[in-house]
Amino acid sequence: MASSGGRRGNPALYGGVPGAGGPAGMAPRLLEFADELRREGVAVGTSELLDAFEALDAVSWTSQEDFREALATTLAKSQEDRHVLDVLFDRFFFRAVEREALEQGLAEERFRGGEQLDLDALRERIRDAIRAGSDGEMRDLARLAIAAFGRQGEGSGVIGVDVQRIRRTLGLKGEKPGSELPDPDSVPRDRLQEFERHVRRELERQMIERTQALPPAKPLRELDRALPSNPAQDLSEVHRTVAQLKKRLASHGREHRGRRRSWQVDVRRTMRASLQTGGVPLDLRYRPRRPRRPELYVLCDVSTSVTSASVFFLSVLHALHDQFRKLRSFVFVERISEVTDVFERERSFAAVSRRIATDAGVADVSGYTDYGRVWLEFLGKVVDDLDPRSTVIVLGDARTNGREPHAQVFGQVAERAGRMFWINPEPRLYWNYGDSVMAAYEPFCDGVFECWTTKQLETFVNAMAEHRTTV
Amino acid sequence: MSGEFTSIDDARERLGRVGYLADEPASLVSFLAARLGKPVLVEGPAGVGKTELAKAVSRATGRRMIRLQCYEGLDEAKALYEWNYRKQLLRIQTEAADTGWQEVKDDIFGEEFMLARPLLNAIIAEEPVVLLIDEIDKTDQEFEALLLEVLSDFQISIPELGVVEARTRPLVLLTSNNSRELTEALKRRCLYLWLDYPTIERELEIVHLHAPELDQAVARKLVEVIHMVRSLDLKKPPSIAESIDWARALLLLGAEDVDQAVLERTMSIIVKHRTDLDLVAERVGVKLGDGLFGRQAG
Repeated sequence: MASSGGRRGNPALYGGVPGAGGPAGMAPRLLEFADELRREGVAVGTSELLDAFEALDAVSWTSQEDFREALATTLAKSQEDRHVLDVLFDRFFFRAVEREALEQGLAEERFRGGEQLDLDALRERIRDAIRAGSDGEMRDLARLAIAAFGRQGEGSGVIGVDVQRIRRTLGLKGEKPGSELPDPDSVPRDRLQEFERHVRRELERQMIERTQALPPAKPLRELDRALPSNPAQDLSEVHRTVAQLKKRLASHGREHRGRRRSWQVDVRRTMRASLQTGGVPLDLRYRPRRPRRPELYVLCDVSTSVTSASVFFLSVLHALHDQFRKLRSFVFVERISEVTDVFERERSFAAVSRRIATDAGVADVSGYTDYGRVWLEFLGKVVDDLDPRSTVIVLGDARTNGREPHAQVFGQVAERAGRMFWINPEPRLYWNYGDSVMAAYEPFCDGVFECWTTKQLETFVNAMAEHRTTV
Repeated sequence: MSGEFTSIDDARERLGRVGYLADEPASLVSFLAARLGKPVLVEGPAGVGKTELAKAVSRATGRRMIRLQCYEGLDEAKALYEWNYRKQLLRIQTEAADTGWQEVKDDIFGEEFMLARPLLNAIIAEEPVVLLIDEIDKTDQEFEALLLEVLSDFQISIPELGVVEARTRPLVLLTSNNSRELTEALKRRCLYLWLDYPTIERELEIVHLHAPELDQAVARKLVEVIHMVRSLDLKKPPSIAESIDWARALLLLGAEDVDQAVLERTMSIIVKHRTDLDLVAERVGVKLGDGLFGRQAG
């Protein structure tokens, strides 16, 4: 099984009729499958593959579900991996079957007599089949539907469009989630999707038969995963990174674990414990160490010059609020205003951004950021609360619109706070050009970061968690 | 009805008989775990029955269950073994002064003076056991490293005694709420099972299994309400155990319908946060109250 054909660049990926790639049999196919998984970023190691083979020995190969689950439980070690595996599994084995059929010159008999089909009767039967959820029947009916649809004119040539057209022609509707009114025409949503999958598959099969070639397989990212383009997913990514930050910060006070010796012995409790061992203090008791509680102050620029970044900033802020209890957040343009309670009251991100945009009370007189004034006000607001345990994070571009930067005031803030970080959404190259005064603030910060993607946010998180000079 | 699962269907059936309705992946994994001798990592949101699965496997296979509850700061003294200092000390004290150090040393570092903790217990057990390592994500990463030896080779190295190998292969289940990413090394050694909230039909079966006297129509509506509640953005969505509790409570109250009044009276069984309570009352309660749901069932 080690001698796989997969090393030869896997012809199945690039369309056309592939030659017989490597030896026949299951093992090489599985290795090819693992190869495709790796290409999509699932870490499949040799040990996982060995497990998969062993698992396949134990389950029956004839049931597709068992086969797939056995692969999933051994190869995919997280939910995302599982999703990738499902999508790839369908595609891979569908293609494998089609390839085999092409090589053998097999063609499925087309359904004839689509002309005589009564569309209404068909509609009824399909609806029943979908409700019953019978896999084989749905597949047959999918082919019938395609035949009936073909009568009404040729397909558009784009499979996705055809699928939707067929669905509309059949008048199939999914049930609305949590619907109170049972619509007699609607069918369960997931079953409907299954039916659509059958239709899609049959259409693909027909196309392959027509063109005598497999369409090229696209990387998943373009197909189904669509990661960063979706703002909601981006948001969850930000949340994940910030959760990581919390974990790293929370374990801050615990880094002394290896150096127990320097702990302070609690004499009273040690004596008490020694009673059990006949007065010999075998078991030393220590005074508990209070872990350093992260106290965060986050200042977020929401002026027009950072519009594109401010959604990202706000989502960071939102995620921070989700994670830290001792967190005060501020937004500023020309003046500063505290929005801690907005975040505490509202849970959904959309609601938060709406509230901040409308009535957070950002004294936005001119629409121009005035960093100097912001520092003065910030210092005035929190001067008594800042202590060496607190961390201040500024999210902004340091563009003062030509006003006085008041770097000295910023220095005072930095002096009082334990740590000071600056996150700038602009590329480092643009810093200190024009009205950007990053250089004035940089000396007071414990770290400045260029950050406008979650990846960079992760870098910041790592740096921040490692930064321990001023504990 | 003890012994190992012989097939996937057998696993499903026997888990069902001890009160756990396993779906396809869960029964397949329980079957494979024993067959391949691999630990299983079970992940999923809180309250979908991860721990319950381990208990059910233990009941269905007739294996004893040993449970290691993880928490922050769990160390090897609490998980593996610890020397029983007191007993050792007493031993030394009872010996007269003329015994040599060598004899005493050989003597006091024996199994007799060792306090076995869950992991060691699972390894040295005579009969096959189920080892449940609960909420592994609560521990520190260092602890995971400690587990690797146990999970891959089923052995524990004790410096004073040597390597203790498992007499029988324990069935190991690790559960995690996904609050922290586990290390690759640990994941690589495990089979992976993701448990999610069940579908309406499954949950209905589960509720029926645990509260069989509850009227079917009421049970169905109860489960539908639970699913509506779960679809809201709550701090803590209701778990399966809570829907069962709710079903039992309704049974005790003799409720014949799940309407707004009943929901508001008993809501605290399924929702446990003040802000969540408000949200549920506002979104779900109103829907029930306007009778759309009510008329349908009545």
